[in-house]
Amino acid sequence: MSVVSEKHPEMLDGQTHKHTISLLVENKFGAFNRIAGLFAAKAYNIDSLTVGPTEDDSVSRMTIVTRGDDGVIEQIIKQLNKLIDTLKVTDLTHENFVERDLALIKVQTTTESRSEIMQVVEIFRAKIIDISSKTVTIEAVGSQQKIDAIIKMLKPFVIKEMARTGRVALKREFQGEVD
Amino acid sequence: MNAARISFTNRDVTMPHQKETSPPSQSRLMTGSEIFVRSLIAEGVEIVFGYPGGAVIGIYDALHDISDIKHILTRHEQGAVHAAEGYAKASGKPGVALVTSGPGATNTVTGIADAYMDSVPIVVFTGQVPLKLIGNDAFQEADIVGITRPITKHNYLVRDVNELATTIKEAFYVATTGRPGPVLVDLPKDVMASKATFDYPKKISMRSYNPHVEGHMKQLEKAIALIAKSKRPVLYVGGGAILSNASDELKEFARKTRIPVTTTLHGLGSYPENDELSMGMLGMHGTWYSNTAVHYCDLLIAVGARFDDRVTGKTEAFAAEAKKIHIDIDPSAISKNVKVDVPIVGDMKKVLAKLIPMVEALDTKDWLQTIKQWKSEHPLRYRNGKLIRMQHVIQKIGEITKGNAVMVTDVGQHQMWAAQFFKYIHPRTHITSGGLGTMGFSLPAAMGAAFARKDLPIISVSGDGGIQMNIQEIATCVENKVPVKIFILNNGYLGMVRQWQELFWRKRYSQVAMFSPDFVKLADAYGCPGFRASTTDEVEDVIKSALAVKDGPVIAEFKVVQEDNVYPMIPAGQTWNEIIDFPEEELSNVAGEDLESEELVTLTKG
Repeated sequence: MSVVSEKHPEMLDGQTHKHTISLLVENKFGAFNRIAGLFAAKAYNIDSLTVGPTEDDSVSRMTIVTRGDDGVIEQIIKQLNKLIDTLKVTDLTHENFVERDLALIKVQTTTESRSEIMQVVEIFRAKIIDISSKTVTIEAVGSQQKIDAIIKMLKPFVIKEMARTGRVALKREFQGEVD
Repeated sequence: MNAARISFTNRDVTMPHQKETSPPSQSRLMTGSEIFVRSLIAEGVEIVFGYPGGAVIGIYDALHDISDIKHILTRHEQGAVHAAEGYAKASGKPGVALVTSGPGATNTVTGIADAYMDSVPIVVFTGQVPLKLIGNDAFQEADIVGITRPITKHNYLVRDVNELATTIKEAFYVATTGRPGPVLVDLPKDVMASKATFDYPKKISMRSYNPHVEGHMKQLEKAIALIAKSKRPVLYVGGGAILSNASDELKEFARKTRIPVTTTLHGLGSYPENDELSMGMLGMHGTWYSNTAVHYCDLLIAVGARFDDRVTGKTEAFAAEAKKIHIDIDPSAISKNVKVDVPIVGDMKKVLAKLIPMVEALDTKDWLQTIKQWKSEHPLRYRNGKLIRMQHVIQKIGEITKGNAVMVTDVGQHQMWAAQFFKYIHPRTHITSGGLGTMGFSLPAAMGAAFARKDLPIISVSGDGGIQMNIQEIATCVENKVPVKIFILNNGYLGMVRQWQELFWRKRYSQVAMFSPDFVKLADAYGCPGFRASTTDEVEDVIKSALAVKDGPVIAEFKVVQEDNVYPMIPAGQTWNEIIDFPEEELSNVAGEDLESEELVTLTKG
């Protein structure tokens, strides 16, 4: 489920495709703002953007899920490369990559619904990490599609609150299915 | 950096009021302000345009006794940045501006945006409130790093005095390499007051910034194959030719291959316009024949140009039948607006130098003959008469100076006519605000250019609108005896907006008529000579009188006809098919003009 092996990007409408771009940037004051600002200034879409440290303290990795036709994606990659703080830009879309999204979902429960919710949690191999008489909080990890799916299943029970990380991704080295 | 400078930097720059507590040596602790001044000297900076204030008072104190750096006190921070741009464009060296925090910093924004659009290498230093006050809404605080992030090539906030020298080195390196651009360095007051040892790095390398300058050989070979097959090639040359000092290579390449050349507004001067291969400028107000040649060409070689909308009109129809080669140092400029067949990322000078031995002469005789025919049928034209036409003033300046002048233009009708009716022969003799189109650019930019070029007359050409946007810099010119010829072409209108209102908005002249002061009296008030021409027969005398003024600025006002239009014109977003050539059949409709004395004047580039 969590291995994205499609060689072709997810097709949206017509010419528009979803792309996952991974970039390494200098871990410097303002670097994040520069990148977020670039997307705003050039009116590029951002589906999700994550940022965090890497194995090297001086470098941060950002994973951006964006969409656009080939020309727009080409410009996004060129413009990201043009920023002085950018070390490396990789469009993972055309490669095999592993991805994860994490969601914390607080769902309203009643005595009757609780066991049904726990079944959903089990099917998706998610976890219950907090519980009260009226709610459970679920931690779900997986591909964006998997998270979308569990959210869809939980919606009828009334989702009180939710937090999602957005996609983090790395290029796959092993070209088979591990998980 | 020359020997004299090094010897000076080794001298101590202790201020007279400071006690020498330690022997002057390289390891002596210095304040951030001293390090700043020493760094500029080490960088070879000769001139700084600036304006002091509370947050930079320490820096100004450190500058006070330095004779290696000339500081020009402008009358507005916008003027300082445009002056730095003018200096950079005329000299090829980075321009430097120094201003205080808050309003001083925000006043630089237009100039920085202008430099960003036109790839001008400038470094702007701004004062900032002390680090601990940042974010506190302190007096004269503005988040200038945040404000200028989208309009600088890069910017820095210096948080530690130990990083100051390296940051300055990096700022100059980033501003001047690759596709040049403005860099801003924000200097908090407490950082500049704290101390560190001064060690200016001789070399810098940045792992995240390595501009690619050599063209890829495989791409060059593909380009050569396209060139060899072409029957109707055109070279479309942009500002990159000037920025990379590639004029000589361009001339050699064009003459060897026999390919005709058209330039953008910023490309003017890169190829001599008195050469038969020149077709002058292309685009919205380009020559009829250059636009026509581009329309019918089978190969378009874009060098150091970015397919700007003022050049292409409707992009799908721009040179639609032609194969396209695009040489540019900025990968993001390639295939941004128009898809090309062979992209070559690299410095234009280096790429052309590699291409020259690879190309063979093409048989373009028929193509050049066709262009020659177009030139004779559709030259640049205007109707001259008793009352002054702007085109005539520009043409006369060109004739009198024989093209040996630096023309620094503003924005609007006069800018287009200055591009059309002056034959540019040398690089860096045409300076203008092209990308951003900043009115008020000309006077301060000409002032900056005057410090870079002492060998040529510096002519600032503005309309009555633009000159009033930075008119305060006349005082700076007078005070510093800057020999700028301030030519004001006064038609009492914002002429280009009026032209659009005439052609596309049913002559509803909304807010375009404009009052101006008596510019000759103004010259007197500022203490510089002033001349005025009100009829065509006075034009030549006024130009010559203005050119004769040596030690300081001079104002020359030309009262030109109120309503006149720039032609040819391809209306915005349209195609070559919609080109409006000079409407020869229409009589000019100038109030008070003696129609008998009117004559049609023509000029051809190349």
